[in-house]
Amino acid sequence: MASKKIGKATVKFTNPPFIIGTGTVVGPMEGKGPLAKGFDVVLPDLACGEKTPEKSERKLLEQAANIAIERSGVEKNMIDYYIAGDLLNQIISAGFSARQLAIPFFGVYGACSTCAMGATLGSMIIDGGFSDYILIGCSSHYQAAERQFRHPIELNVKHKAISQYTVTGAGALVLSSSGKGPRLTWATTGKVIDLGIKDPCNLGAAMAPAAADTFVRYMIDTGSTPDMFDLVLTGDLGNLGSELFKELVKDAGYAVGNNYNDCGLMIFDTKTQQVGAGGSGCACPAVVMLGPIFGKLEDGTLKKVLLVATGALLSPLSSQQGETIPGIGHIIVIES
Amino acid sequence: MPSKKAGQKMKKMPKTAQAAQHQKREQRAYKQLVAEKQRKPLYFKNFIVAFVAGGVVCTMGQAILAFFMKQGLDINAAAAPTLAVIILFGIILTAFGIYDEFAQFAGAGAAVPITGFANTITAAAIDFKREGWVFGMGAKMFIVAGPVIVYGILSGVFAAFIKFIIWS
Amino acid sequence: MDYAIAFLIGGLICGLGQLILDSTTLAPGHMLVFFTVIGAIAGGFGLYQPFLEFAKAGALIPVTGFGASIAKGSLLEAERTGIIGLFTGAFEFTGQGLAVAVFFSVIAALFFNPKS
Repeated sequence: MASKKIGKATVKFTNPPFIIGTGTVVGPMEGKGPLAKGFDVVLPDLACGEKTPEKSERKLLEQAANIAIERSGVEKNMIDYYIAGDLLNQIISAGFSARQLAIPFFGVYGACSTCAMGATLGSMIIDGGFSDYILIGCSSHYQAAERQFRHPIELNVKHKAISQYTVTGAGALVLSSSGKGPRLTWATTGKVIDLGIKDPCNLGAAMAPAAADTFVRYMIDTGSTPDMFDLVLTGDLGNLGSELFKELVKDAGYAVGNNYNDCGLMIFDTKTQQVGAGGSGCACPAVVMLGPIFGKLEDGTLKKVLLVATGALLSPLSSQQGETIPGIGHIIVIES
Repeated sequence: MPSKKAGQKMKKMPKTAQAAQHQKREQRAYKQLVAEKQRKPLYFKNFIVAFVAGGVVCTMGQAILAFFMKQGLDINAAAAPTLAVIILFGIILTAFGIYDEFAQFAGAGAAVPITGFANTITAAAIDFKREGWVFGMGAKMFIVAGPVIVYGILSGVFAAFIKFIIWS
Repeated sequence: MDYAIAFLIGGLICGLGQLILDSTTLAPGHMLVFFTVIGAIAGGFGLYQPFLEFAKAGALIPVTGFGASIAKGSLLEAERTGIIGLFTGAFEFTGQGLAVAVFFSVIAALFFNPKS
């Protein structure tokens, strides 16, 4: 009997895992944004001393993981699993950082939803009694994403107003079966939803239906309403995507109010920084959630936060072959 | 009993067809919603910026062209060195990381002039060299400029062929 | 006067490109191919030469001029040497631009790294 399963796709952890340590590292652009103070490390440049953007991304992830481990006060060899993912082909940042960390490793891919996906899996493993300490991480890098998904870095391209800017950064957290601090209490795993958006510049619109679907699923499964949360966050929908998300959940009868925000819109000042429709990338929900928001959870300003991390499961190949863009959204609820 | 099986199939078929139809309707409604919410690009402003920026690049080209024509070359002979100089100019700006900033502002005003063409080659070269000099830079140098050359030759040779047939 | 015409014509072509980019989902690459093909067809039928003499750099600098030069080379060489000239002439006027671009791009790659 699945005693911890509620409704169709939601799980309630009977012994909710504690988040005993977090680490966030961001690039220079994010460091100029409104949330800059909430991050552990702000790097002065994108390269951070490495020769390729892929190497820099790996370095960011390793740095974030080390900060999280250090802050948790747990010895590295006591951590049973490392769950990580990123945007690059064959999730090389995650795999290569695992080589450095030498912890048994699960590589996961959920595009920009990876952080919530990893946290869900980690919490399930801990609540299932398979482990006491789990490290979760994810990362993205503007240049690395740009050259894989779009075009060479120095190319003469004017970014469209609807396209989003990939956040450079990495977030990591350590989950534990005991301790103190905010706990991860609920999780809903999303379905892949595709409503026929084809334009790879317009990822917010492609992901919004998936985010709304998972959000409504959570509300129905648990019988809650959006106003029960101090903060409802979507991962990286940008300004068009978050408008659409609001519209879609309103149609379903679960309208979100002033307690709603989007990580992609929070991390940058979309008026003065040239980021198009907002931030995106694996790191976007991860650093916002684990940096400034987690700080507020710790000091009690926020009590209950819901994060819908959204991902667009496309590749440059699928787009060039004319496929539509499938989206996914995963929910985690963190309570202090 | 084959008849019963067939009957079950018949019953099932419309259901999936119904679902497909429902999905199509949902997709159409969503596309409409997206179109409604999407902010229109600033057509006029972007046009003016591209117009002025492109115009300035062409005026610079004109200055170079005028210089070579002053040396006694006619316009066809002066075109070659003019293009060489302005291409070089595009390459230098790309190498110092200025051209993409200019393009972020100017849009097509930076992409359409031949300096933008040079930029596509240089940008690919300095970016993909990290995957090696042969399979990185060598292979991927024309990743953006390649199609321009391919279709330029295809259509140019074809058009010349048609003209040639008519002429001879 | 030449400068004003070059500014106007060149600017108009660029502005048109921006309109195409804004009103469709085409990538810049598509737009460049489109312009090159237009230029090449105009060049093949001998329409680009009068335009070039009128607009000077305004017709030479935009990528349409690149397409036109391919067609012009092809046609000139074909008129001189027969049908094989269509192919030997394709790079007659564009070859040096490509050579410059390739040569100095490699030089740039030797000394520079992407920045932003």
